[in-house]
Amino acid sequence: MHRFANPARFLRIANVILPWSAGLTVVLLVVGLAWSLFVSPPDYQQGESVRIMYVHVPSAWMGLFAYAVMAVASAVALIWKHPLADLSAKASAPVGAAFTFICLVTGSLWGKPMWGTYWVWDARLTSMLILLFLYLGYMALVNAFDDPGRGAKAAAILALVGVVNLPIIKFSVDWWNTLHQPASVIKMGGPAISAGMLIPLLIMGLAFKAFYVTILLVRVRTEIASAKVRAIRLTQVHG
Amino acid sequence: MDTLLDQLAMGGYAGFVWPSYGVTAVALLALAVGSVRAMRAREAELRDLQASFGDRRTAALKADAAHDP
Amino acid sequence: MTRKQRRLYFVGLGLLALFAATALMLNAFKDNLVFFYSPTDLQTKKVEAGRRFRIGGLVEQGSVNKDGKQVRFKVTDMAHAVPVVFTGILPDLFREGQGVVAEGKLDDKGTFLASDVLAKHDENYMPPEVADALKKSGQWQGDKDGKNGKGDGKEPGK
Repeated sequence: MHRFANPARFLRIANVILPWSAGLTVVLLVVGLAWSLFVSPPDYQQGESVRIMYVHVPSAWMGLFAYAVMAVASAVALIWKHPLADLSAKASAPVGAAFTFICLVTGSLWGKPMWGTYWVWDARLTSMLILLFLYLGYMALVNAFDDPGRGAKAAAILALVGVVNLPIIKFSVDWWNTLHQPASVIKMGGPAISAGMLIPLLIMGLAFKAFYVTILLVRVRTEIASAKVRAIRLTQVHG
Repeated sequence: MDTLLDQLAMGGYAGFVWPSYGVTAVALLALAVGSVRAMRAREAELRDLQASFGDRRTAALKADAAHDP
Repeated sequence: MTRKQRRLYFVGLGLLALFAATALMLNAFKDNLVFFYSPTDLQTKKVEAGRRFRIGGLVEQGSVNKDGKQVRFKVTDMAHAVPVVFTGILPDLFREGQGVVAEGKLDDKGTFLASDVLAKHDENYMPPEVADALKKSGQWQGDKDGKNGKGDGKEPGK
């Protein structure tokens, strides 16, 4: 594990992956968008409005995934004090926040024509809103201290506390009566969604994941450069 | 052409479908552009610093980074 | 025990305590987390007339009765049914046999006076042709008679 926590080694690997993940993002997005907007069939109940699913559902997945990455990186940072773990957690937060925001807005735009309302305070929607606030709280906290080490530590604890929200989001639709319907793709007995819709949905999911990897690498590179700049400035002051 | 226009109308849901994709595009593009710009700015700053401050201290720092635990 | 191990146990135990506390709390607030009651809940819980709450279930087949802007229908969970009156615009997904959540209160005769009606949809997504094929082959698992405006090739909301 220590071998990968070395920033120089990380930069070498990241620079190999970056052009591929960026290219893959563009290709998957072009294919996925064309498929979901023009090729995939309308739904038997929801008609053309079902196309909102192809951005809503993958962004929900990525909102949860980015938080899981942030929480694992925070735990590694707290326990093993790896220099890259804090940076990765910090880099994951804005990406996850963006996906969660997209999920909430597109869900709202889907809810109005189908359910008859932009928003309800049911368990699924509320727990997803809390996820957005957790991201925003994390981002505020991590930058709130003059000493970046202390900010990272406080934020890492918040990230770990917020982990409890992830199973609540996932299972809220099974545990309680909600307006939001239960899971369609990841459920017992296979997806309840026809192949013509599942394939573009999965392509969009992969596109968003490739996008996440790309932006995460870019942001970790930024954090590494910032840390070096800070270190040099400190030696300038004290030297 | 008619079928394309039909498709753009989204069966009457154009006012919900297109803004959904629009919000997604704007948010992801803003994030991508912001992230890449910040990276370029930071790495340029680092290069300038290392160029103007290229004494043995920076060399020592580089050596440190290479052996970081 | 090394410092790393100690920190590992500390984080692990902290998370465990957190999850346990949250589970207990959610269990305690179970009734408040419910977005709506079913018609059967209404029978067992005895909600007094005049209190605002939400009721959810399926719109009973053949129960929808439109009179100008006023709609009367029954919400059922297959065990019990509650008559609902609503005045206003229904969401596009409102159909007989489909899920619905209504907010309002009971009058003294046991009729639910709804001020808002929201449609609830299920987790099944498929093109209209597939839905038709399923109905023809008798594998349809949703509404049994399939008369909910599908099969005529028209999309809802048009």
